[in-house]
Amino acid sequence: MSDQPPVLEMRGITKRFPAGTLANDSIDLDVRKGEIHALLGENGAGKSTLMNILYGLVTPDAGEIRMDGQPVTIRDPADAIARGIGMVHQHFMLIPVLSVAENAVLGQEIVRAREILDLDEASRRIKLLAKKLGFDIDPSARIDQLSVGQQQRVEILKAIYRNALILVLDEPTAVLTPQETREIFEVLRRLRAEGASVIFISHKLDEVLEIADRITVIRRGKVVGSRKPAETNENELAELMVGRAVSLQVDRGRSHPGEVVVEVAGLRAKNDRGQEALHGVDVAVRAGEILGIAGVAGNGQDELVESLIGLRKLATGTIHLTGKDLSRASVDERRDRGMSFVPADRHRFGLVLTYSVADNLALTRYAEPPFAGGLAGIVRGFRSILENAVRLMSEFDVRAPGPTAPVGTLSGGNQQKVVVAREFRHDLKLLVLDQPTRGLDVGSIEFIHKQVIARRDAGVAVLLVSAELDEVLDLSDRVLVMFRGRVVGEFPAADAQRDKIGLLMATGGARP
Amino acid sequence: MSWARRTFRQAWRVASIPLLATLLAFIVAAGVVILSSAFTSTGFDLFLPLAAYASLLVGAFGSGNGMVNTLVAAAPLVLGGLAVGIGFKAGLFNIGVPGQFLVGAFAAAVVGSALASAPTVIAAPLAMLAGAAGGAAFGFIPGFLKARTGAHEVVTTIMLNNAAFYLLGWVLTDFARAPGFSFSRTGEIGNSALPVLVGRNLHIGIPLAFLTVFAVRWLLDRTTIGFEIRTVGQNPSAARYAGMRPVFVTTLTMTLSGLLGGLAGAVQTLGVIGFYAAGVAGTVGFDSIAVALLGRSDPIGILFAAILFGAFRAGAPLMQIETSVPIEVIDIIQALVILFLAADLLVRRVFRIRAATPVIPDLATVTQTWAGGGSAGSTAP
Repeated sequence: MSDQPPVLEMRGITKRFPAGTLANDSIDLDVRKGEIHALLGENGAGKSTLMNILYGLVTPDAGEIRMDGQPVTIRDPADAIARGIGMVHQHFMLIPVLSVAENAVLGQEIVRAREILDLDEASRRIKLLAKKLGFDIDPSARIDQLSVGQQQRVEILKAIYRNALILVLDEPTAVLTPQETREIFEVLRRLRAEGASVIFISHKLDEVLEIADRITVIRRGKVVGSRKPAETNENELAELMVGRAVSLQVDRGRSHPGEVVVEVAGLRAKNDRGQEALHGVDVAVRAGEILGIAGVAGNGQDELVESLIGLRKLATGTIHLTGKDLSRASVDERRDRGMSFVPADRHRFGLVLTYSVADNLALTRYAEPPFAGGLAGIVRGFRSILENAVRLMSEFDVRAPGPTAPVGTLSGGNQQKVVVAREFRHDLKLLVLDQPTRGLDVGSIEFIHKQVIARRDAGVAVLLVSAELDEVLDLSDRVLVMFRGRVVGEFPAADAQRDKIGLLMATGGARP
Repeated sequence: MSWARRTFRQAWRVASIPLLATLLAFIVAAGVVILSSAFTSTGFDLFLPLAAYASLLVGAFGSGNGMVNTLVAAAPLVLGGLAVGIGFKAGLFNIGVPGQFLVGAFAAAVVGSALASAPTVIAAPLAMLAGAAGGAAFGFIPGFLKARTGAHEVVTTIMLNNAAFYLLGWVLTDFARAPGFSFSRTGEIGNSALPVLVGRNLHIGIPLAFLTVFAVRWLLDRTTIGFEIRTVGQNPSAARYAGMRPVFVTTLTMTLSGLLGGLAGAVQTLGVIGFYAAGVAGTVGFDSIAVALLGRSDPIGILFAAILFGAFRAGAPLMQIETSVPIEVIDIIQALVILFLAADLLVRRVFRIRAATPVIPDLATVTQTWAGGGSAGSTAP
């Protein structure tokens, strides 16, 4: 494969943004035919900028792009598509109310005479394409009825339908379950076998090692190394990415559990579709203990944590925090009593994207002194809000142009750090974490894990939900397994074996 | 120097699209004027729009009287525009200003005529208060309906506009009609009339309306209540997560919005018209929506937009007298302004503005809530 000439060469690509950041500093990249080429780097390293240049969304300040040896200029995405470059963004560009076929042909509709859309022909072609890539999809299904994993496959179909020879996937696995990740890898391998080239952007080391033929590591806008998976390992890649040795193993130390802080008993609650998602759950977390909840996503974990913080109404059951009944209390009251919550979906719950970093860092305490005061306690204290922001930004290494920058302009990892920085208060009793490190790079994950353990050692009760079983096992002092809205197993850390828990997650175990 | 340039650049970033949309509206309306001139007694006249716009300008700003008229016409639009704008901030599209205006006007007229012989210091404030309270009560209804049942405020406020008009018509004729007039109207307001400060009719309601601009701005930008309103508008889920109650905020915002709409009606009644009768509202209610959109829901922007619309109303008669261009051209210009605001992509292409200024968020509210997108705070338990 290595004797193949590169289908794509990017030479000396440089891009400086108006704010002064050098996003790409003379980057070289070449991609061969029938290759899965991983682009590895931390959040904000410049991966997405490089790909946006390739796709014509950003104009580089310097550098050259060659395809099949010929220099090309890519002015806009239409140009890129015409040259056989396809892109699957992290946030899908699909129209929810249209069907799979309609979405796939959008902009390249097949028309019969008199501009009448020929959807049957489109459906036939889509089905054929999907089959070639090794999956099955109903071309007439509406996008909003599909799972996230299926939607991603529609995006890939869309690109292939436009004859993409080079397919760029921007963090494709960030939104997928482990099962869906395996399926998408299968699709990518098929694509490779068909002779297409794939550029796979990621910061997940294990995935990159599994799927890529070559790995190019970018740090702070520069290429810092290129490796083949067989010649490297996770530790070396992490060090290249972060620029220093990173411990991938969490040093948890001993826990010293104290009194029961939160006690959930007989909890039943419905999901957003109105079906009962929790069928009587009992959970208790002690002070100075991390309780991990393992389970395949969608088995009631989100409903459990949302009920705890007060975002979801309980059908029956009780929640006690240090002996006080909070089953019917408002979110506000629960926060006042020492609960804190890092939600799984930061765009839905955790942040107001148009607000400044400073406003977001005070979002859940906006009405408390010193953030509010004066006349009737309703005048906002901007000085305190800014001071709080400056302090938390340096404490949690939030990289932003400044405290007044809109949080929506930050990279995903830095957005997550804003949520974490706000919720990791010092006067906590219970810290509820739902996917706290989703979308973060190894350096940030290491930092947040250390913070979680520091809070635990300070006597906080921590409830951790994660789709990454490794994260649950690494951090937890005790592990519960959830399956279809029930707790089906409990393991102390010493006894928490990966395969045993994995089996329980998948099957729920034998029912008595 | 650099401070001035930064301020200017910032102002340009928010104001460029509304300003250019207005400019474009004038240009396109000029085409309409030229075209229509061919069918009138004046004959085809390429320079007619220039003459018309010149007399429009002179009529609105060319004399002390003209300027006073502009401000008098702007005052209710400022308040109405704020009413719509504060709703947009919470992700609510209040089309109910016409109804809230009527209720406010009626309440002010009734209380005003009852207190006609009381001293002005007591009568005028009480009549204003009655107008504000009436509007607030009428704004509370759609707010409560939305918060409790999820009923969309666009639907309920449109229906309530008609309800207000006909209900007040009935109450007026059967209960509140003053004797001695040839048509149904309320009695003389006497001492309840707002005191005139300058000239023939620059009444105290005008500075009051302008002060309200800064009060609303302070409320939105500097208080926790404003923060709640804006957060519910931007992201109702995050608002709940932060411990706010979108249900309460929605109701409160609609009530505040109604209060401002009612105040607009009271100012117009006590400062200009002097009584309530069918048709006193004119087009103030609906023009308020245009003012809020043109002002991008920003109180200061709304102030400028209201003055512009007030100038249209004040200057149009002179334009018609001097150039025979009918007053209705103003309606065309206003409609075109909104059209170009909605199609800001077009404006950007015409003027080659490359910077990715965000689309006007209030219009996004209009289209999104209406197309069944995120419904702010309606489904919160």
